Amino acid sequence: MTFLHKHILGTRQLSAQDITMILDTAESFKEINTRDIKKVPTLRGKTVVNLFYEASTRTRTSFEIAEKRLSADAVNISASSSSVVKGETLEDTARNIEAMRPDIIVIRHSASGAADYLARRLDCSIINAGDGAHEHPSQALLDLFTMRQHRGRIRGLTVTIIGDITHSRVARSNLFALTTMGARVRLAGPGTMIPPGIEKLGCEVFTSMEEALAGADVVMMLRIQLERQGRSLLPSLREYARFYGLNRDKLQLAREDALVMHPGPMNRGVEICSDVADGGQNVILEQVENGVAVRMALLYLVSGPVADNP
Amino acid sequence: MSHSETLILDGAAIRRALTRISHEILEKNKGTKDLVLLGIPTGGDYLAAELAAIIAGIEGVEVPYGVLDITLYRDDLSHKTIRPLRKTDLPFSPDDRRVVMVDEVLFTGRTIRAAMDAIMDLGRPRSIQLAVLIDRGHRELPIRPDYVGRNVPTSREEEVHVDFDSNHKPIGVRLIKP
Amino acid sequence: MKTVIRKGRVVDPSRGRDEILDILIVDGFIARQGGSIADDDAEVIDAEGLVVAPGLIDIHVHLRDPGQEYKEDIASGTRAAAAGGFTAVACMPNTAPVNDTLAVTEYIKNRSLRDGLVRVYPIGAITKGLKGETLVEMGELTAAGCVAFSDDGRWVADGDLMRRALEYVKPFGVPLVSHAEDTTLTAGGVMNEGFVATDLGLKGIPWVAEDAAVFRDVMLAALTGTRLHICHISTRGSVDIIRGAKMAGVLVTCEATPHHLTLSEEAVRGYDTNAKMSPPLRLQEDIEALWRGLADGTIDVIATDHAPHHRDEKNVEFNLALNGIVGLETALSLTLRLVEKKVLTLSEAVDKLSCGPARVLSLPGGSLRDGAAADIVIFDPEEKWTVDPRGFLSKGRNTPFAGWELPGVVHRTLVGGKTVFCRT
Repeated sequence: MTFLHKHILGTRQLSAQDITMILDTAESFKEINTRDIKKVPTLRGKTVVNLFYEASTRTRTSFEIAEKRLSADAVNISASSSSVVKGETLEDTARNIEAMRPDIIVIRHSASGAADYLARRLDCSIINAGDGAHEHPSQALLDLFTMRQHRGRIRGLTVTIIGDITHSRVARSNLFALTTMGARVRLAGPGTMIPPGIEKLGCEVFTSMEEALAGADVVMMLRIQLERQGRSLLPSLREYARFYGLNRDKLQLAREDALVMHPGPMNRGVEICSDVADGGQNVILEQVENGVAVRMALLYLVSGPVADNP
Repeated sequence: MSHSETLILDGAAIRRALTRISHEILEKNKGTKDLVLLGIPTGGDYLAAELAAIIAGIEGVEVPYGVLDITLYRDDLSHKTIRPLRKTDLPFSPDDRRVVMVDEVLFTGRTIRAAMDAIMDLGRPRSIQLAVLIDRGHRELPIRPDYVGRNVPTSREEEVHVDFDSNHKPIGVRLIKP
Repeated sequence: MKTVIRKGRVVDPSRGRDEILDILIVDGFIARQGGSIADDDAEVIDAEGLVVAPGLIDIHVHLRDPGQEYKEDIASGTRAAAAGGFTAVACMPNTAPVNDTLAVTEYIKNRSLRDGLVRVYPIGAITKGLKGETLVEMGELTAAGCVAFSDDGRWVADGDLMRRALEYVKPFGVPLVSHAEDTTLTAGGVMNEGFVATDLGLKGIPWVAEDAAVFRDVMLAALTGTRLHICHISTRGSVDIIRGAKMAGVLVTCEATPHHLTLSEEAVRGYDTNAKMSPPLRLQEDIEALWRGLADGTIDVIATDHAPHHRDEKNVEFNLALNGIVGLETALSLTLRLVEKKVLTLSEAVDKLSCGPARVLSLPGGSLRDGAAADIVIFDPEEKWTVDPRGFLSKGRNTPFAGWELPGVVHRTLVGGKTVFCRT
């Protein structure tokens, strides 16, 4: 079994075998994260640049910890402190960084396709840490890792994802990865937040949250962008919470042992009530913990030799 | 495709070699006190289990043994095809133990260098020793085994394979000429 | 000054002719044509095995001059036109400054006479600065040479203003040209709304943005009785609305671009910014509806919407890239590809690229009748070539067709009897 991807641009390009290998590799890294010395020399001498054009504490920190535990030299560049504000193009910024010979660039950008854009132009490996409304592969993979950890498998699970599907890269990456692995995916959200044609990607679409929850093994709540309130997508957060927020009563429609997931950061009282967010079924902090191991796996796997295969 | 194979050791010969190594380990360490065995996958972990069983037969003491995946400590990440990682599984801390690393074939010594680094990250053993079933020569680092099943002179191009049955019992060692 | 074009296959849909003929050109005009013309004084152009057709006319071109000469100028744009077999182009007013005053119209006319290889017909703006607020002095600009008026790139969203523009322009006898897309429905969109946009995480532009705008404009044309031309239609609905309107006697015409007739939204995959246009590339069903519209005459014209951009304006994130592609040097070949696919006959193809455009904007040209100016294109309809943007004469290299093997090679373009492009 070999891993032939130079870049991790999305889960769309990953086969079931690829995903299994990433999850298996992450298992090994999880063990390292429990040691006293949480560090291995695997990427010693490699330079990883975390190029973040959008504010992100969680993802950037998780990648940075993963890089350091693999002994890579991690450098953070964030939009506020970079030449982005001076009007430099993405290509120029990237070329300047590449001239310093990093081995991997981890990029977060507000434009869909930004990671593809870099991969097409630069020689180093690119890991997509979220591009616009397109993909956020490391998040989806850590979600799958967490599901597998609890259920022992992905195949056959019913996973319900609720929220602003249209603008969610987390939803897309999960949808691609879960369907590839043989899970059943249900999506639910307000009519303004379900993108056209998404059912062609192999999922079921519901406008009723209650129907989408019935018998689900996993309930994944998406963060609602507060700024969408009052615009045409959403009359009010109050109404959103009533129809699409997860509370204890609605959760009872899912399987008794259903997992509650959230990619964070949570809006308590909007998409998720505190009794659920803090309840026994939530695995939200495990997702965060597993994120480090999954990102270590991705960094490790793209550092191997690659056949001429994108 | 004209390669030839020679059977160097059969199952019984392997068993005799492992029995001798077990005696040597006990003799050198004056028994089993603080002794732990650490197998390097793949193969070394099965041999470590074998040695533990033989020692138990001789001394009546269960010597703890574990698995040490050294992939993350290798120095050739970007050259070799990435293998699925094995989970390191130590049912003990190596602190103040006499650790015997177990590997099937000793070749350049790079795996052992990596294994020593890996153990050091897990704790501070009193000593580290090395047991190998086959020493085929061609060392690239100053590493010398403490216990050897069989010295086999080889050329660089040849390969040495240790075969296991479905119960992970060693059944033969083959020398393959290209 | 005499020239004979010898033994070409003369395809002239304006007179329903398709036969091997010699054409005699005297002093820039077609003097006569016949089976065999012998004239010892005449320069001979051998067109045996080639098609001789009325020069192509592109009624939707962005020459970017004045103001954005780094993208294109009148010299480079008309050179590209000549290379593509065009003998005349109509240029859109979204220059800097906008062509909404006499000075800009005259600049374009004068500059074209000096630097232009082909005839250039300016299209003036409907509203000042393309802002959709106040009407341009369309009477004066018509007198100065504008052949139509358009806020191309923007829709005149104010329905009453568009109605008044149609009423006002009517006595001057020139049509209004509408880029019909309701911008309240396109807001923020960068490609067709649908499965591919969902897959790529890009904001979509729904078909209804175009259909609704086309419908309103067509109804205003019916109300006012003014000639209206709809730009680059891209949806099934637009074809149906315009077909129905034509049957009802509304004075509406329309065009489609070679790219909307060729590419679907699938071309956007890989975030290729050369597949980003306005209106966006649609679905295969839309392409086929456009084909039917071409064949049944609903679509009068194939026009390129030639939109050169600098590399830096396309070599960016998809949502930041500017809309549009160059088209002058690939239009004939992409149309001949439709002939290969049996969507059009060769004669119909020439009609959509030459006679139709002349009819729609009441331009001279589009015919090889005796006495007409000798605006002629000579091309091999079958010879294949591979598109290499580095070889374009346009300053723009922004095309999604790079590397495509296409039929149709222009051998010579003549404007007023003078060769302005000759294949080397």
